[in-house]
Amino acid sequence: MEKLSKVLVIGSGPIVIGQSAEFDYSGSQACASLREEGLKVVLINSNPATIQTDKEVADIVYIEPLRVEFVEKIIERERPQGIIATMGGQTGLNLAMELHQKGILEKYGVRLLGTSINTIELAEDRGKFSDLLRSINEPQLASVAAKTIEDAYAFSTQHGFPLVLRPAYTLGGTGGGIARNQAEFDDLLNLGFTLSPTHQILVEQAVIGWAEFEYEVMRDSQDNCITICNMENIDPMGVHTGESIVVAPSQTLSDDEHQMLRSAALHIIRALDIQGGCNIQFALNQQTGKYVVVEVNPRLSRSSALASKATGYPIARVAAKIAIGKSLWQIQNAVTKATPACFEPALDYAVVKIPRWPFDKMPEANRVIGTQMKSTGEVMAIGRTFEESLQKAMRSLEQKPAKPDLSKMDYYLSTPTDTRLFYIFEALRTGYAPQKIVELTQIHPWFIDRMADIVRMEKRLSGEILSSPLLRDAKRMGFSDAQIASLTDKDASYIRAMRKENNIIPVYKMVDTCAAEFDAKTPYYYSTYEVENDSIPTKRRKVIVIGSGPIRIGQGIEFDYCCCHASFALRKMGIESIMINNNPETMSTDFDASDRLYFDPLTYEDVLNLIEHEQPEGVIVQFGGQTSINLAEKLHAAGVRILGTQFDGIDIAEDRERFKKLLEKLDIPQPRNGTATNEKEALAAASAISYPIVVRPSYVIAGRAMQIIYNSEDLKKYLTEAVEVSEQRPVLIDKYIEKAIECEIDGICDGKELFIGGIMEHIERAGVHSGDASCVTPPVKLLPETQTQLIDYSQKIALALATIGAINIQYIVKDGQILVLEANPRGSRTMPYLSKAINRPLINIATQVIMGKMLSELGLSSKMLPQKAYAVKSVVFPFLKLRGVDFVLGPEMKSTGESMGVDKQFSLAYYKSLLGANLKIPLSGAVAISLNKEDQEHATELGSKFLSLGFEVYATDGTAKHIKGAKVLKKIAEGEPNVPSLLTKKLIGLVINTPTKGKQSGTDGFKIRRAAIEANIPCITNIEAALALADAIGAAKVNHLAIMPVDEYGK
Amino acid sequence: MNATEKKAVLVLSDGSVYYGYGFGSLTTREGELVFNTSMTGYQESLTDPSYAGQILVETYPLIGNYGINDLAFESPKVHVEGFAIRNLCDAPHHYQSTKSLDKFLEDAGVPGIWGLDTRSIVRKLRNSGVMPACITTYAANENPDIAALLTAAKKLDYSKIDFVEKVTLGKAQTHGKGNKKVVLLDCGAKGGIVHELNARGVQVIAMPAFSKADEILSFSPDGICVSNGPGDPARLESISNELKRLFHLPMFGICLGNQLLGQAAGAKTYKLKFGHRGANHPVLDKKANKVVITTQNHGYSVTEKGLGDFEVTHINCNDNSIEGIAHKELPIFAVQYHPEANPGPCDSKYLFDKFVKSL
Repeated sequence: MEKLSKVLVIGSGPIVIGQSAEFDYSGSQACASLREEGLKVVLINSNPATIQTDKEVADIVYIEPLRVEFVEKIIERERPQGIIATMGGQTGLNLAMELHQKGILEKYGVRLLGTSINTIELAEDRGKFSDLLRSINEPQLASVAAKTIEDAYAFSTQHGFPLVLRPAYTLGGTGGGIARNQAEFDDLLNLGFTLSPTHQILVEQAVIGWAEFEYEVMRDSQDNCITICNMENIDPMGVHTGESIVVAPSQTLSDDEHQMLRSAALHIIRALDIQGGCNIQFALNQQTGKYVVVEVNPRLSRSSALASKATGYPIARVAAKIAIGKSLWQIQNAVTKATPACFEPALDYAVVKIPRWPFDKMPEANRVIGTQMKSTGEVMAIGRTFEESLQKAMRSLEQKPAKPDLSKMDYYLSTPTDTRLFYIFEALRTGYAPQKIVELTQIHPWFIDRMADIVRMEKRLSGEILSSPLLRDAKRMGFSDAQIASLTDKDASYIRAMRKENNIIPVYKMVDTCAAEFDAKTPYYYSTYEVENDSIPTKRRKVIVIGSGPIRIGQGIEFDYCCCHASFALRKMGIESIMINNNPETMSTDFDASDRLYFDPLTYEDVLNLIEHEQPEGVIVQFGGQTSINLAEKLHAAGVRILGTQFDGIDIAEDRERFKKLLEKLDIPQPRNGTATNEKEALAAASAISYPIVVRPSYVIAGRAMQIIYNSEDLKKYLTEAVEVSEQRPVLIDKYIEKAIECEIDGICDGKELFIGGIMEHIERAGVHSGDASCVTPPVKLLPETQTQLIDYSQKIALALATIGAINIQYIVKDGQILVLEANPRGSRTMPYLSKAINRPLINIATQVIMGKMLSELGLSSKMLPQKAYAVKSVVFPFLKLRGVDFVLGPEMKSTGESMGVDKQFSLAYYKSLLGANLKIPLSGAVAISLNKEDQEHATELGSKFLSLGFEVYATDGTAKHIKGAKVLKKIAEGEPNVPSLLTKKLIGLVINTPTKGKQSGTDGFKIRRAAIEANIPCITNIEAALALADAIGAAKVNHLAIMPVDEYGK
Repeated sequence: MNATEKKAVLVLSDGSVYYGYGFGSLTTREGELVFNTSMTGYQESLTDPSYAGQILVETYPLIGNYGINDLAFESPKVHVEGFAIRNLCDAPHHYQSTKSLDKFLEDAGVPGIWGLDTRSIVRKLRNSGVMPACITTYAANENPDIAALLTAAKKLDYSKIDFVEKVTLGKAQTHGKGNKKVVLLDCGAKGGIVHELNARGVQVIAMPAFSKADEILSFSPDGICVSNGPGDPARLESISNELKRLFHLPMFGICLGNQLLGQAAGAKTYKLKFGHRGANHPVLDKKANKVVITTQNHGYSVTEKGLGDFEVTHINCNDNSIEGIAHKELPIFAVQYHPEANPGPCDSKYLFDKFVKSL
């Protein structure tokens, strides 16, 4: 066998529900680990907003679509001897399987490192896995791996409902669910057979109500086998572990039960011959002690990221070394630096994880949670008691719970939704007996008792005089100053002062993998109210970087990327970097991403506590998205030094009135706009501005509740249904400019000059949220003189805001006139993408500027750098996972992740970005087109483009009139052929459907879009994107699709 | 009395004082303060005779969650002198639970203290080594005499006490039936050892630790198992001397048994700074070149020097201390850890198979 010197690592692509930042974390750690062993690492990922695609992490980085034809080209060019597929989630695993099945690994002599193909098949193929368990006498649920409807029916007839359906090889349980009756069963079978790449669904008996436990296991090629962590799902079986509130380690298992499950885990992992890390799930009946095996993930997973952060054990780092043949006891524990990696972490704290769901942005989605993931991210908290960890995690969510509907209490207790935890607390407050809650929720009584303890403390706080011992007890249970203040009718500042007077201040304990048995070297801490402080601040120059919290729509991995880079830059400058964050999935909470890591909530209180402890020279708030920027005002008022752009600049940009005045002063136009604090004002402002208008509440993340409104009726409806409008909460109204080009810049300002990284031109017309729009840099439509003026405006705005550091400014261009939409003097969502596009570490530069460097010292000026290739950013949407939600893009952000495609030719870059966003774009076949009235002027152009590409074109009535040669489709109610029927018959491979104005569930358009999503056929809902796509397909048909390390495109 | 109405204080011989809530029995005890890092298995630890003379600190903060059940006894009584934890669960939920931890210790007459910054105590023991301590529990309106507790703690010398005498059997006891017969030299044996041997079809005759070789031979055993137990092995040379006379039989030593066999081979034992107590210790089997995760509970270790006809078979990956020895030719072997688990991983139970096979 050829000696290993070069290894290809496969990433996981864009962030989607069920596959998030955890794979950037594991992939990056793996790359570092392999390079430590002297190997050259080649990395492929289509997601530019990842640390692993930085050239500092891998030796050679390809930002190309994660598809077999691209990976083959990379293998051909790079000739690695090995490939690691277990770091890239289900995407990586499936890709490796395909490379194997197509004989590509064999052709180029590439070894799959770590867990073998055979093992992956055994663990992933539901039928084979079931046979294996039977052969080694491990108990499992009655199940069938159904390949046909008939298989499934036979099983349901025999076992009855409820049944759980799990399509094979899908990620995050996509397409799975619980069928309680025949109708639900048929629906899920249909979906599952469509989505499973192997057309296989595991139908299994439901053990709803049993408890669920997970074990993270590592095994090396010499059969050394250890468990890193066990975790207990607070939600019983029936809720996906990614959707469940999870505690580590388990709380309700006796040693006997824990060892029973641990032994079973080792038994199964050995039988599977896993080499690396894996996760195994069990269901346990806590009335009888009987268990069954639920499933095995033969790779790193979300749970392994959680387990790594919960224990301090770097699972991915060790798994990568195992993959290249090292044995566990030859690997050092990077945390203690004194003991080997072959041991089982001991925790002396409790960890709680709570998922973060996107329902605040998609109120029409079904909020019931089950076997398929719907959450976008998660928070983790560490404390010395469960109560403390739970409360710290709850405040880390940065979500105000909706007012509970007391009349539906029993429903919300017995049905798992995102709000169940809040209902349990409300039930306890209103006098439900814990036993009754246990019966309704089927959650283990130990957990309900702990929540009851918290409610008992709430009652003490509201009923007793606040004494120092009571305050101390409350803090030890994890109550925030704000909570205590509201229960005792005082100000949080009063509570803070009282705490300090009584010396009730947090100490910081270390996460050291060994419960203090050894003197660990890794400075990874959490706050708690105990006696001894493990964290002794250094006397170095130091800066705190405030993180971005859980991944949610509108605030994703991009901001974590920015925070990490800020930290890296500080370290490079010799300044101690201190990170505070609460997201277990991300790189920023990796134990060696910063000089010191504090795993704590990102509230004002928690952050200020840390500042008082560490005494840094300042804090950086501009990279953690809205989470950190929202803290700026209070921290500033508390006398904390904000580094970079000052609070005043941030405030001018956020405050519409102040910003309007600034632009007027600078003589820079913006769309007509106004502010209203009641309906009357709003209607008056709207008619002065003239419809259509864009309305939104003030101070929001990612366009929450933002809408385009065409008339006064809709405006009235919006004001009563969608938002609260009041003196304190005004709504903002802007003129909506139709058919305009939107574009934005990301730059770095040192107070004297602005360096612009690039102009990013949106592909969709203005009105689509910038986070949902695809964009390209350099621009393709903007005229040079417009670009010159954009640069000029940007300079003026950045300097007027006294920006020091990063800034993003968004514009709209109509008929050559430039209007400013907004300015954000902080790190933006597009900065990682742009950094990759221009091959310049923008955040690193911004951080140096924040710390006092001038652009000129860094070799940059107000001149933009030349760009030699087009880089297109595309986005991915969660509509498949969120049934009932319409695929319509608007000013409210809905996407979860992004991909990047690069090429010298725009159309090819666009095509690659779409492939990178997991869209199966067909190069031939049939397309169904239905355009709304406004877009029909483009019907002829669009239709003829596809016809000339050799596509068969189907079109609905209005659209077909404009396309000669189109086959006419009927309305759904009028019979076949219609779009859903063609989709069912697999006769079309692409759907273009531009929605009519206003919200519209129940219409044909809605049904067509949902049908396309559920058939997993690309659906384009925007005319500009459709036109660009036709060109992209055209270009892809005639051109050779190149692959290149990302930094070579610019050369 | 409700658990929160009791107070407690833990006084260490270095003068440090830790106040907390009391649980268990209202009483005062002294012992060597040691810590265990296992996250489950408090009942097994409390009833493990090897903890005689010791006050146990659990590093895991949430203790008592699943109560006390009938199956997790390693011996019929609580052997620790006191129990120190961060958080007490006094209303356990578990289908096998018969009583709460609080009630259990109260019935056993043993004091407990909770609400402590246990991690700070562990750090102290890690840095300064295990040390004597006094624990007292008292009603909330009382005041403990700290000076007296400190004096008592300072006076205590764990290594001068013959704990095995206190925990061993008065006379031989037979457990189970089988084709093979093993004498278990009971220096404070955990129930798990008997259980594992019985489960392999071996009859176990548990004998007092200070039995003479002739008495042992009078049962014509097929082999001898030397159990775990408390205290300083250096005080037990007499047992080691008897073992030397039994080398013609297959032998299996566990924990203290390893130390006694080591002494019988000619090696010495020494006290570890803070011992090994937990369920996560990696041990390298030198011959197999494999690591197993083991349960450990010992404060002393064997030196390599003087092992004579014995060789080192296992070492601890954390500190390279000796974890297992074997006779170079005869079927005599011992491990410093606990293959019977309880609590902890069952990964080393194969050693019982190996022993039974040698009979």
